[in-house]
Amino acid sequence: MTHHIIDFKDIFFRYPDGTEALKGVSFRITHGESVGLVGANGAGKSTLLLQMNGYMLPSLGVINIGGVELTKKTRQDIRKKVGVVFQNPDDQLFMPTVFDDVAFGPLNLGMSNERVTDRVNSALQTIGCLDLATKPPHHLSAGKKRAVSIATVLAMEPDILAMDEPSSNLDPKSRRDLIGLLQEFKHTKIIASHDLDLILEVCERCLVIKNGMIVADGRVSDILTNQLLLEENHLELPLSLQKNRLH
Amino acid sequence: MNFDKEYFNLGVLDTLSYKNTLVHRLDPRTKVITTFAFIVTVVSFPKYEIAGLIPFLLFPVVIFALGDIPVWFILKKVLVVSVFAVFIGILNPLFDTHIKYHFFTLPVSGGWVSFFSILLKYFLTMCSALLLISTTSFPGICHALRKLGVPEIFISQLLFLYRYIFVLMEETLRMVRAKDLRSFGKKGQGISIFINLVGTLFVKTIERAERIYHAMLSRGFTGTIHFVLREGFGKKDFVFISATGITLYMFRAYDIVGLIGRLAERMFN
Amino acid sequence: MHMSDALLSPAVGATVWAGTLGTIAYCSKKIKENLDEKMIPMMGVIGAFIFAAQMVNFTIPGTGSSGHLGGGMILAILLGPHAAFIVMASVLTIQALFFADGGLLALGCNIWNLGFYPCFIGYPLIYKPIVQKGMSSKKILMASLFAVFVGLQLGAFSVVLETLLSGRSELPFGTFVLLMQPIHLAIGVVEGFITAGVINFVKTSRPELLESIAEIRSLSPETKMKKIVIAFLVIAIITGGAVSWFASSHPDGLEWSIERVYGKPELPEHETGIAMLLKTFQEKTAFLPDYTFKRKEDIKEQKTSDGEANAWPNIETGTSVSGILGSVMMLSLIVLIGFGIKIIRKKEAHSSKETSGLKGQGRS
Repeated sequence: MTHHIIDFKDIFFRYPDGTEALKGVSFRITHGESVGLVGANGAGKSTLLLQMNGYMLPSLGVINIGGVELTKKTRQDIRKKVGVVFQNPDDQLFMPTVFDDVAFGPLNLGMSNERVTDRVNSALQTIGCLDLATKPPHHLSAGKKRAVSIATVLAMEPDILAMDEPSSNLDPKSRRDLIGLLQEFKHTKIIASHDLDLILEVCERCLVIKNGMIVADGRVSDILTNQLLLEENHLELPLSLQKNRLH
Repeated sequence: MNFDKEYFNLGVLDTLSYKNTLVHRLDPRTKVITTFAFIVTVVSFPKYEIAGLIPFLLFPVVIFALGDIPVWFILKKVLVVSVFAVFIGILNPLFDTHIKYHFFTLPVSGGWVSFFSILLKYFLTMCSALLLISTTSFPGICHALRKLGVPEIFISQLLFLYRYIFVLMEETLRMVRAKDLRSFGKKGQGISIFINLVGTLFVKTIERAERIYHAMLSRGFTGTIHFVLREGFGKKDFVFISATGITLYMFRAYDIVGLIGRLAERMFN
Repeated sequence: MHMSDALLSPAVGATVWAGTLGTIAYCSKKIKENLDEKMIPMMGVIGAFIFAAQMVNFTIPGTGSSGHLGGGMILAILLGPHAAFIVMASVLTIQALFFADGGLLALGCNIWNLGFYPCFIGYPLIYKPIVQKGMSSKKILMASLFAVFVGLQLGAFSVVLETLLSGRSELPFGTFVLLMQPIHLAIGVVEGFITAGVINFVKTSRPELLESIAEIRSLSPETKMKKIVIAFLVIAIITGGAVSWFASSHPDGLEWSIERVYGKPELPEHETGIAMLLKTFQEKTAFLPDYTFKRKEDIKEQKTSDGEANAWPNIETGTSVSGILGSVMMLSLIVLIGFGIKIIRKKEAHSSKETSGLKGQGRS
């Protein structure tokens, strides 16, 4: 268990229909780092995230997580370390009640009912949704759904959190709550997002991906101020850094 | 009934089922068992029975009151749903013309009597089904069925179905609305458009199933779905079942209405 | 068409429920034996899809009336008979609860009528054999039409039998059949076209989806089942034939009621298990002491047969007055009880609000 390092070495990935989504991606993320992943639509952000817990295995190259190579055999174990929060909470919240959803992971880990209940309560407490435990997911607002989907992953106590567009569909208040939450997490974080302002606030490091390749890897303060780089990747400066456009 | 309205009604009933009243707090098994007992008892009356069915109206009334269920909402559903029973029942007067009663001086044929009996039975059974879902959350009913012996596979996929009904209906609604906005008043859809809609919806459904499966795997799914089951049978459940059982039996075996009627007659004469 | 509680007798309802539950248990077992992990979420979501699709109206060409999707055959084709039956049962359960579609006792009948025939007869005996020799869109259309047609006819006929055996409707067998079968013929044509249309749509646009679902299914249970289903079909045809012969052997052509055949307004004696139990319960409750005008009515019923004009003796007027008076008073009593409960609860809610209000003030 070498400090939960994420190591991508020369990763290539081709979809069954032939699309080459990743063409030689390499990077190393160390324990406790908070990394943003940005790029144009279709650049490969989501594909990269999906490699993290082995749902899709690379066509070429080696992924190492926490010192263990990611293969078909090891991915079940690696999933205990890497928690992935998907773009659409409706895909992640598939149980009849919030409690059931958050308990799903711990129950699969084989814990007793008491331990599971403890995990669920502490996860819901963290996101401030303890009162929603008996509600069905379809009664929740978008913001609450997002929070609960994070709780479903937190309950497994992973070392690494990977998130795909966490702030999409959130109203400003929910988004602000989310940012506050993420800033508190001590986990290693990889956040794929178009919300550059969120990445500015939450991450220290930033990877820019273009056409399946990493084209920039540096500090957030360097990358997200580089207007040329951003515009080459169909992005803009974070709104908070732009000069006031209102005339 | 159009899609929008159906979806709305579904949502209202679903929301109602999560309320917190005396009836809602009963164990789901209690409510499932008593509802079935009620239906079977009501339906066991022979075809010409009317008066014997009237005391059974007590049950829906009590549940409405104790459970804070909006009466008109449920009644509307019962009255508006045009159903097989009414369509078939209304043919009874055509085929059964022998005179069964004299309503003071008016002769009433057996066919009309049995038709009204059908209507009463229909009303009572429909109310009880709707009241069951209004007072018991659907997952609760599923867990009750599991405890009563229904196979695990059936229950698990039923819970998934419930979870995704609202998601899928919303998706369908969006597609239907989008199509309606481009149809300029033509009601319903042609069959080929319908096929396209259903086909597209199906493709989206399968893609969604893939994503859900991925999410399950990501949280350690290995084939069995586990639940932490809490609540149990309490004293109030025992009381409720006994009271209902006894009352159902009394109403079925004894002619309460006739009794009251004869008492009243004696008082007035 | 959906069967309704009000037209059912407990014996018939319970018997068909027993058949349905048995089939559910059988299907669950079969699925478990070859369970792919993906199966359960797949079944659930596809069930939700069918449910949503069933709620969309379409206009039937030529008639202008609107129709709805049934879906049993589409499910059977996509998921195989066992999973399809379970999904169909689930969808109907949700409808029975949330839309009061038919009722909870009739649910057993509806699952049987709308699920068993497409899944275990239409699909394995008609659709699959036709399509096995090549899946052209024409073949799919023919197979769908034929399979759906048979499934619906059998389902509709079952409704007739269930209603008849329950004895709540006066509709004679022949008339009922003449009503149901043609309607379901028309429905079958439309449903067949839609089924084929959807399958072809998916086949053309995303064939790999159909393949991935097929992978999740297992083929072994289906092939062994063929023999059982054929045996069942043979029995059904013989029974159906016997019943039809019976009906047609009456001179006035179409009148047939249980009372004529068995001499009493009761069900046939060869009922077993739950049906017998319920029948006994029914009999016992009819003859308990203090049982007055209801009993006389039943005795009258047993002594007379249908068709005879029957003027009741004078007692009847007396009983009907007390009956009406009693009914009115009972109704009033029930309404009073209802309001009483509501008022008590309002008072309780009001007083608890006051105390919690005080508590709130005390906290700061």
